[in-house]
Amino acid sequence: MSFANIYDIAGSSMAAQTTRLNTIASNLANVDSAAASAEEAYKSIKPIFEAVYHGTGVDANPAASVAVTNLTTTLDNADMRFEPNHPLADADGYVAYSNVDPIVEVADMMSATQNFEASVNVMNRARSMQQSLLNLGT
Amino acid sequence: MAINFESALGLHAQALDVRVERTKILAANIANAETPGYQARDIDFKSELAAFESGMDVSRNYDMMFRIPAQLAADGNTVEIGQEQARFAQNSMDFETSLTFLNMKISGLRSAIKGE
Repeated sequence: MSFANIYDIAGSSMAAQTTRLNTIASNLANVDSAAASAEEAYKSIKPIFEAVYHGTGVDANPAASVAVTNLTTTLDNADMRFEPNHPLADADGYVAYSNVDPIVEVADMMSATQNFEASVNVMNRARSMQQSLLNLGT
Repeated sequence: MAINFESALGLHAQALDVRVERTKILAANIANAETPGYQARDIDFKSELAAFESGMDVSRNYDMMFRIPAQLAADGNTVEIGQEQARFAQNSMDFETSLTFLNMKISGLRSAIKGE
């Protein structure tokens, strides 16, 4: 009977959601970042989550923690705005802005926050279970 | 009358063990609520305990079952977070209940030993 894994699992989820919140903060901060070309424009960053199983064969642990395996940029194109007087405007008068969609980011942020809180609750609950187990027979 | 601790406490101790293992699985489901392709799993508590009662050697390798989701997600994830949280809460309450029973057993045995 071991509670150690539960803390690892809940902790891995909290870490993953923190990474996600970090990318969201970065995306929202750069929502109005301008660049001279579409290639240079800021692109929204998204973390890729993956379930991680520990052990193999008979010792395989069915409880999977979660890990951020990669950070990718979204494939949407940069937002080209016609601003001929902007110092970064190209020959045709267009400025490349980031492809960040603030609505998507805020929705994502709420989801990440709720998931983080769910894992905090799991951890608290596991702690109180362990506490009462320690008080057994007293 | 000889007191056999194994038979006096056995079932409840086993129940606690299954509860803790189930806590792990449910915690993993909640942790992976947004992992693409993750399939939620669970232990069937009743069948595990029935196996123990029928004298089977129940090791820590409990039978895992995959959850059948009420709604399918586009990314193949089968975790329904509200349901998992409800099961998690229920499971930990059941753990506390088993613990209370175990405590009552122990205090019963203690009074018997002391002859009170």
